[in-house]
Amino acid sequence: MLNLRTIERKHGYNFAFLDENTKREVRRKTLKAVAIPGHQVPFASPELPIARGWGTGGLQVTMAIIGPDDVLKVIDQGCDGGVNAVNIRKLLVKTTGVRTTFATGEATIVQTRHRIPEEKLRADQILVLQVPIPEPLRFVEASMAKTREMHAEMDYSRMWVFLYENIVKWGEITIGARYPSLVNGRYLIDPSPIPRWDVPKLHMADTLFLFGAGREKRIYAVPPHTSVEPLQFDDVPFRVEDFAGRACLRCGATGTFLNEIFDGRGGKLYVCSDSYNCDAVKAKREGTTDGGGQ
Amino acid sequence: MAAANDAFVLRVNRLTKRFGAGCPSCYALTGPAGETNICPRCGSIVACHDVSFDLEEGEILGIVGESGSGKSTLVRCLYFDEEVTDGEAFLAAYGGGRVNLFAATAQKKRHVRNHLMGMVYQNPLLGIKPHFTAGGNVAEKLLTADIYNYAGIRTRAAALLTRTEIPRGRMDDFPAYFSGGMQQRVQIAKALANNPPLLFLDEITIGLDLSVQARVLDLVKEIQRELGIAMLAVSHDLGVIRMLADRTAVMKNGRIVELGLTDQILEDPQHRYTQLLVQSML
Repeated sequence: MLNLRTIERKHGYNFAFLDENTKREVRRKTLKAVAIPGHQVPFASPELPIARGWGTGGLQVTMAIIGPDDVLKVIDQGCDGGVNAVNIRKLLVKTTGVRTTFATGEATIVQTRHRIPEEKLRADQILVLQVPIPEPLRFVEASMAKTREMHAEMDYSRMWVFLYENIVKWGEITIGARYPSLVNGRYLIDPSPIPRWDVPKLHMADTLFLFGAGREKRIYAVPPHTSVEPLQFDDVPFRVEDFAGRACLRCGATGTFLNEIFDGRGGKLYVCSDSYNCDAVKAKREGTTDGGGQ
Repeated sequence: MAAANDAFVLRVNRLTKRFGAGCPSCYALTGPAGETNICPRCGSIVACHDVSFDLEEGEILGIVGESGSGKSTLVRCLYFDEEVTDGEAFLAAYGGGRVNLFAATAQKKRHVRNHLMGMVYQNPLLGIKPHFTAGGNVAEKLLTADIYNYAGIRTRAAALLTRTEIPRGRMDDFPAYFSGGMQQRVQIAKALANNPPLLFLDEITIGLDLSVQARVLDLVKEIQRELGIAMLAVSHDLGVIRMLADRTAVMKNGRIVELGLTDQILEDPQHRYTQLLVQSML
């Protein structure tokens, strides 16, 4: 069995675990994904010491692009301390020795599951998203051969009918995460299960967003300065989660994505989903500077 | 002949559809003369060969023929469900009627199909999705034609379904639970949704009981009168053709053997096969 503690000494694993040829393949596919924004590019997705479905897509993308000078941040649902984030961070640190950080602004690569950090990302940063289901049309069409054809012909009418029937049935579109969005006016993507709150952050951003789906073996990308438009009817505009009148219980921030927590007595509490941002706001309010680092 | 009329909606030239590899003598050895459409030398099926006609503005052209005569394949080719082997088709509403549709890319074909054509299949479940609501099915056609206004789609779907006698209260129900006649009427509403200049009807009354048949045919006739949509109606039933079609083409073994005014075809058939067909009428 693979023992991570002894990788460097005994097994002599390559930098960032993957061998150079595998990395090269992932890089090639990533470049193709960047060249055709929103298009899902198949890749080999070999076995890793983490089971498929636990972030192996994002992990392989990170392994392929990371260098010894990179500063890494890994988050799970916005939190640096989530079990998935901790495991992935440990594996990457063990096999690369790179510096890690909690501070969003310090990181050069941010690998994330289901959130985009609240702090605006810069052009010199790359956000790598772990994707469970890369196919936005999976809602409406089970056959992969069919969905490929639908993408090729830009036939997204069935997704539109899905949205239409959603409004008929519920009075509004009920998709919470995975909101189908059109990239560069051409390809429909599943922006991974980020909440609606984060979808506008993809639009015309300064940052490169890479999406890796390990189990489904697909890589796709939203390059910087590329339009990402959530599907919306002319008269039923897309809207993000509404946290009006609520603030984070911990840091007091408003205007951040909040987790809803039941207090066990019938009430609800709201706490920031982005743990680093919450820490930073709290530290600033309390006058301390201990906002990040390990 | 082709130069005589420039008011065509759809012009088809020498359409050929062959299933199978084919050989040099396929076309010579098949057809009404040999009473077969299977090439005896290579076994390929010549479903349609050398089919040419003009569909004029606002007319209904009937295509009649026995099972296996190639009439459904012809319509399926024109609606791009099948790739043609050879031939040309021109649509007045596309590229000024000078661009061969069969040579267009898949994406262009889809555009033409979504914006300029409607199709009513023999089996309603080919044309509608039973697990989209009736309104959703109509909406799909509107959405493919790039109409993205929710209230507008709702209003238009309600109007079309009312027009095809689907009660307003069933608009948000699933056609899976509708009767065959109702499903067919949903399909017609869907086909009409984007106001296409051209509508294909493929055996639309088959499998419906007589009173429902009559109502569906009445509906088609009324719609044609109101909207002036040109239609290509395929049927093996001369009664349906007599009621719907202004002109009729008779197909046999993949060829058009006779084309003329419906009355003339029924009263004074020229081709031997047409005579047989008319005599067989109940």
